[in-house]
Order: sequence, then C-alpha cells, then structure tokens
Amino acid sequence: MTTSIPPEVDLRALPALPRDDAGPVFKAPWEAQAFAITVSLHARGVFTWREWADALAAELAAATERGAPDDGTRYYEHWLAALEKLVAGKKLIPGQELERRVDEWDAAARATPHGKPIELPTRQGSPKGTIPPKFS
Amino acid sequence: MSEHERPLSGPALRAKALESLLVEKGLVDPKALDELIDTYETKVGPRNGARIVARAWADPAYRKRLLEDATAAIAEFGFIGRQGEDMVVLENTRKVRNVVVCTLCSCYPWPVLGLPPVWYKSAPYRARTVIDPRGVLRELGSEVPEDVEVRVWDSTAELRYLVLPERPAGTEGWSEDELAEIVTRDAMIGVAQVKAPERSKR
Repeated sequence: MTTSIPPEVDLRALPALPRDDAGPVFKAPWEAQAFAITVSLHARGVFTWREWADALAAELAAATERGAPDDGTRYYEHWLAALEKLVAGKKLIPGQELERRVDEWDAAARATPHGKPIELPTRQGSPKGTIPPKFS
Repeated sequence: MSEHERPLSGPALRAKALESLLVEKGLVDPKALDELIDTYETKVGPRNGARIVARAWADPAYRKRLLEDATAAIAEFGFIGRQGEDMVVLENTRKVRNVVVCTLCSCYPWPVLGLPPVWYKSAPYRARTVIDPRGVLRELGSEVPEDVEVRVWDSTAELRYLVLPERPAGTEGWSEDELAEIVTRDAMIGVAQVKAPERSKR
C-alpha cells in the first residue's frame, strides 16, 4: 500500500518520535519476565498469537486514549496489563487471585531486610519463590 | 502508598505475582522462561537479518527464493518464527522505498531482527508512519527524494515484513560476512539505507 498525506492532517501537531540508542532489549528483569511468560503460554497453546496481538493492541489503544505517555518506554507495562487480562479472560488466574498474590509478595518484600532475597512464606504445594536481593 | 515506598516496584511486583501463580499451576516452567529470555537477549537479533540480506546481495538464486517465499528462504538459516507467522521480504529499489510499521501493537519479525527498538513500539511511530511516512523518514535521518515512491507495510500477527535494502555502491566483490557487517537494523525496518563506510571500501 502507498500512503500520502491527507490534506486535513496538521503535521505540526504530530508528536515527536522517540529515538533509541540500540540499548538493552529489556530495561528491567520484569520486562523480560512478562515477555517470556507470554511467549511460553502461547507455545503451550493457551492462546493464539492473534488473540495476544489483539489484547496488546487494545491495551495500547486504551493507554493512548487515557493520555498516558506512549513513547515506547512504558510499553512493557501495557504488555503486562494485556497479559493479566488475557490470563484472567482464559480463567487461568482470576483477577482476585492475582491481586491477593501481589499483596503477598508486597508484604514479603517489605518484611525483608535490605540485601536479603525476598521469599514468600512457604506453604503447602507452592514452590519457594526467590527474588534477587533488593538494590539499596 | 506510592510505588517508591515499595521495595518491589508496581510492575515488577505484578510480574512476579503472575509468574509465581502460573508456575504453581504448572502453566509455565521457570527454566523455559530463563532460556527464552537468554535467547532473545543474546542470540536473536538484527545480525540474523543482516546475514539474510548479505546472502541475498551476494547470491542471485537466494535473492530470488527470498522474494518468492521468504518464510522458506529464511528457514534455510534455521530462523523460524514461533508465532506461526509468515514472512514477506520487501525489495527496495532506486525508485521504491519500503517502510515497516505495526499500527496496532508492535508485530515485528523477531526471528530475524530480535525485539523491536523503543521507537518502533511508540505511539508516534505507529500513528505517524502511515500518515506521513516521508516526514517520519526525514525525522529519522533518511530524507527520500520526491521521485522515489514510499510504500508503508502494516504488520499483523500473521504477517511480518523484512526490508531488503539496496546494496550500496562500492561493495563489489565483498564477502557475505563483510556485507552482513554493514547491514543495520534500521535499514531492515526501512527507515534507513545501508551505506558503505568510506574507510572500508576496497
């Protein structure tokens, strides 16, 4: 397809493009985590890639509508939100269960002294989760 | 409570919570996640695409296969998409420049280019490329002469594009490895052209 500029578009009103310096692929470990969980669940057949692309597109569109900065730097936040919704929609993890777990990790993290790995209190049937030591 | 007071920040906390639940339910394997991350951080990247472009420049038979059935020609290198997507290679000429975008999200040819750069995922690039491709190219440092047609290709979950840039003058007789060295990620997205560095001309 070839596009040309429609006359009604005011080019000066268009936002500037962010540039990159070909830096790291993921700027924080959780971004890589969210990415890998998505690819992994798709590989298991939990959802099709079309379903995923639609979920992500909806999340990005909603972010733009809210007026959230969408210069690409918060992309994985939108990615993670889309993943949470898709997983809830597939009834794999209901939203409530996720919120409970978020609170548990939060409490565990705050109860952990600096420099120690963060762990959830062990419970039956749950593998011990460990996070690398906090940064000071 | 603001996120700054949390030892784990908002998204890091949520990603951790989500992963731990999925692991408990046996839906993801932490070791598989680590392998995936390692692959995308260190093994898959624009170097893959550069090797394809270099072979297409050096080997006319490969170029023909690549333009006719990109998915199969790219698979000859062992680069295969995990998302079941088809690949299409777009050939730049003196008269035509191709630019790739994903207007809705950020579909991107991962097996050959790795993960997309920040600007590719940004709303301005996604929105503006279809409205004003010449302006976007100018802003990204690649002015297109008026007599050159610009074609914009919108990626989807099923279809991903790779631009085959024009081989720069002064690279006659170069080996595939030498050619691959000068092919950039931006050139394969279509927002830049490949230049032969002055000092490397031989």
